[in-house]
Amino acid sequence: MMKAVAAALLVAALTGCASLAPKPKLAPAVRINQDPYPSTYQRYGGAPTVIRHATLFDGEGRRLDDATIIFADGLIAAVGGPELASPAGAVEIDGTGKYVTPGIIDVHSHLGNYPSPGVASLSDGNEATSPARPEVWAEHSVWPQDPGFSRALVNGGVTALQILPGSANLFGGRSVVLKNVPARTSQGMKFPGAPYGLKMACGENPKRVYGSKGNMPQTRMGNIAYARQTWIKAQAYKRKWDRYEAKGGDMPERDLAMDTLRGVLGGKIIIHNHCYRADEQALMIDMAKEFGYKIGTFHHAVESYKIADLLAREGICSAMWADWYGFKMESYDAVNENIPLVHNAGACAIVHSDDPNGIQRLNQEAAKALADGQRAGIPNLSEAVAWQWLSRNPAMALGILDRTGTLAPGKMADVVLWNGNPFSDYSRPERVWIDGAEMYDANNPKKRPVSDFELGQPGEGDTK
Amino acid sequence: MRARALLFVMLAAAAPGAAETIAITNGTIALGDGSEPIPGGTVLIRDGRIQAAGAMRFKLPADTIVIDATGKWVTPGIVAGFSRLGLSEVDLGVDGSDDTSANGPFSAALDVVPSINPLNSTISVNRADGVTRAIVAPSTGRSIFAGQGAVIDTGADMDPITAARRFQFVELGESGADTAGGSRSSAYALFRNALREAGQLSRFMPPVQGGRSGQPDQRDVPVIRDPNESRTETARRNDDVLLTRFDAAALVPVLQGRQYLLVHVERASDILNVLGLKREFPRLKLVLVGASEGWTVAQQIARAGIPVIASPVNDLPASFEQLAATQSNVGRMLAAGVRVSIGTIDDNDTRNLFAQRQYAGNLVALQKIPGATGVRWGEALAMITSRPAEAVGMGGELGSLAAGRRADVVIWSGDPLEGSSAAEQVYIDGVRQPLATRQSKLLERYRYLPRRELPEAYRH
Repeated sequence: MMKAVAAALLVAALTGCASLAPKPKLAPAVRINQDPYPSTYQRYGGAPTVIRHATLFDGEGRRLDDATIIFADGLIAAVGGPELASPAGAVEIDGTGKYVTPGIIDVHSHLGNYPSPGVASLSDGNEATSPARPEVWAEHSVWPQDPGFSRALVNGGVTALQILPGSANLFGGRSVVLKNVPARTSQGMKFPGAPYGLKMACGENPKRVYGSKGNMPQTRMGNIAYARQTWIKAQAYKRKWDRYEAKGGDMPERDLAMDTLRGVLGGKIIIHNHCYRADEQALMIDMAKEFGYKIGTFHHAVESYKIADLLAREGICSAMWADWYGFKMESYDAVNENIPLVHNAGACAIVHSDDPNGIQRLNQEAAKALADGQRAGIPNLSEAVAWQWLSRNPAMALGILDRTGTLAPGKMADVVLWNGNPFSDYSRPERVWIDGAEMYDANNPKKRPVSDFELGQPGEGDTK
Repeated sequence: MRARALLFVMLAAAAPGAAETIAITNGTIALGDGSEPIPGGTVLIRDGRIQAAGAMRFKLPADTIVIDATGKWVTPGIVAGFSRLGLSEVDLGVDGSDDTSANGPFSAALDVVPSINPLNSTISVNRADGVTRAIVAPSTGRSIFAGQGAVIDTGADMDPITAARRFQFVELGESGADTAGGSRSSAYALFRNALREAGQLSRFMPPVQGGRSGQPDQRDVPVIRDPNESRTETARRNDDVLLTRFDAAALVPVLQGRQYLLVHVERASDILNVLGLKREFPRLKLVLVGASEGWTVAQQIARAGIPVIASPVNDLPASFEQLAATQSNVGRMLAAGVRVSIGTIDDNDTRNLFAQRQYAGNLVALQKIPGATGVRWGEALAMITSRPAEAVGMGGELGSLAAGRRADVVIWSGDPLEGSSAAEQVYIDGVRQPLATRQSKLLERYRYLPRRELPEAYRH
């Protein structure tokens, strides 16, 4: 290409007649690598596996009794009744009295960037040096040796999770979606092809963190003003780069922060917006319309129940706790029926953790929310319906529903076999498969991950 | 009584004007003493106390209020084993609503009682979930000593204190080391010095007399009769005192074993250090709080006879003092003979005490995990009812349905160790409690969103 251009210029020069030469073409745009830290995750091997006679929640809202599930080559092959035939050489598992579900997906975790042990040396979740830090990427903070990953797998049945930057900033940075498979590097855990997210935050945290330093934002109006100014810059940046990519010419200066915001404006990066209060959510929705982007999910959305109709109309998910309340003013109006109320309004409801302990019990959190909803008389709720809050809806929020989140044939075999009904406090994962590879077996201590950090420490390899 | 024998208990006919009798019948009764649930049992409440409970039939006085609990579970109210309940309305960014810790001049002398607000919404929220009593400790400020904690009830009244100044709380692990200047050695030097100063003071305390009736014991009142005493006694009280006189005086009952000393430690070596204090100060009535690595030294704790209030489901090396943390900690300590109960140590301890019953259920779940050590259902319930009460010497009053106990009773929609079950009726001292909260009112306001003739603010 360069040679051809050079030759053309040479020809023009030799003719000595510039007026006759065609108007010089702009140099074509240089392509910027959109994936400079690519996933190196590769699924581990697994025999074709058949689980029979289990109760199965498919993640789409259905429950199958005496179900059979078959997975092979990393993918779900079939889900059905006892009539399904096993492939040759398959491992047969009797699921009598047990439950099969899609692996749980947590849309809000800080494993790896606020890892255990919680010491300053490993505290890498908030780049609290400016209210707008869309240039930072959570994957550059994720410590893959956080022992919390293994707890989420073994006790929580979590097979994929999104690691978000913290909420000190209005723009916290990019998130990363991980497979919960131990690896030496964060790239080795990256969910292949999962879209990036951008963490945003409303409310108390940004104004507290910066206001206390005497900086903007100090108020909620400051939060919004700062965010709008930032989006205005992002729009200009996007126009400049869109033109360049279409027509070529001189490459505009690159700005990492603006790259991320341009990705949002271009619909390639999903907004994950920490936003507790209903009134602030409504403001964020208008801001998104003002600048032409879409909000994917409100996180810690404790007041979503107040505007569940609006959230349903706008197609925005809410990631919620079952019963956390009052630890700060913006969580003061929490109600235990939030999750089922949002679901009932036709909006997307998600159970999330934001916590290395809570991530081990998301199924129990869903159980509480379900029971509270049923007691409040909210119709059409069931365990099978509630499982959508744990796998399907979070997968949708992360843009990976086409590959995981339900037990539909052809999807990744991210599967949990529970030793009882997962809506009970008395049940735990018995086996967990990720892409069809068995990553945990309660009956086999060798099938229990132990992070580097835990080696040689008291309790190494213990049941946790 | 726990045997299924049918007993017939005759009650004297209620005298005119006597307190009411309540019989909760046909429920699945769990006594909270470690025994397994009894189907079809009865709980009899009279005069605010448990009269009897179990698989019994009673001839009831004519005016007995009978509550049919068919299909329900009936247990003692949940006792929050270690908490900051009632101390904080909102934890972060709300000046004035959080009384958990203080940075003023006093430490051990602090009494948590004036900080407890019975109208705090955290109390009503937990009451609505069946928490009827709580062990409430202040958090430390500038000293390793946080001050004196209380046992409270969650009743909807203005009298929350069950036992004031029931214990002193001290941090002797990582947090204590940090407060003391940066090392455990420093924390222990401060601790020993504090007890030494209290010891010097105790020689001038009024002589101890009298029994332990319902009246506050004079010995529990950390007051020196002559406010000028420190000046008049300078010849005998060391010049290099670190504690204020109030703080030193507050530690006298600790030193003399008349007030419990709750000690927060997590690391195995810290636990052993605390056990060592018992040899040095033999009258200390120690209770370990936290003890994430307790299972690794469970035999020693059991031999020392010191009860533990543990965080039940901590299983992360959240700090370097919790490297061996596992959810089996509680079960293993129990198996070694340690008296264990459950608390929420640094775990949403101002507000999420309702999580204790879910945590207890999780300990039951461990029984099915190979290599883990779980807890039987009955014992798990005891760990959130009678065991914490026993840890602070109040097992005779609280935490079980044994005859004579305060009638703190909860009727549940189902198994209380399932988070999906709800408290349907709550009694404290035999008084039925309201279960409405801010949250239940918010639910009613917003459960139907379509616009009506007036704004939401008019729905109340």
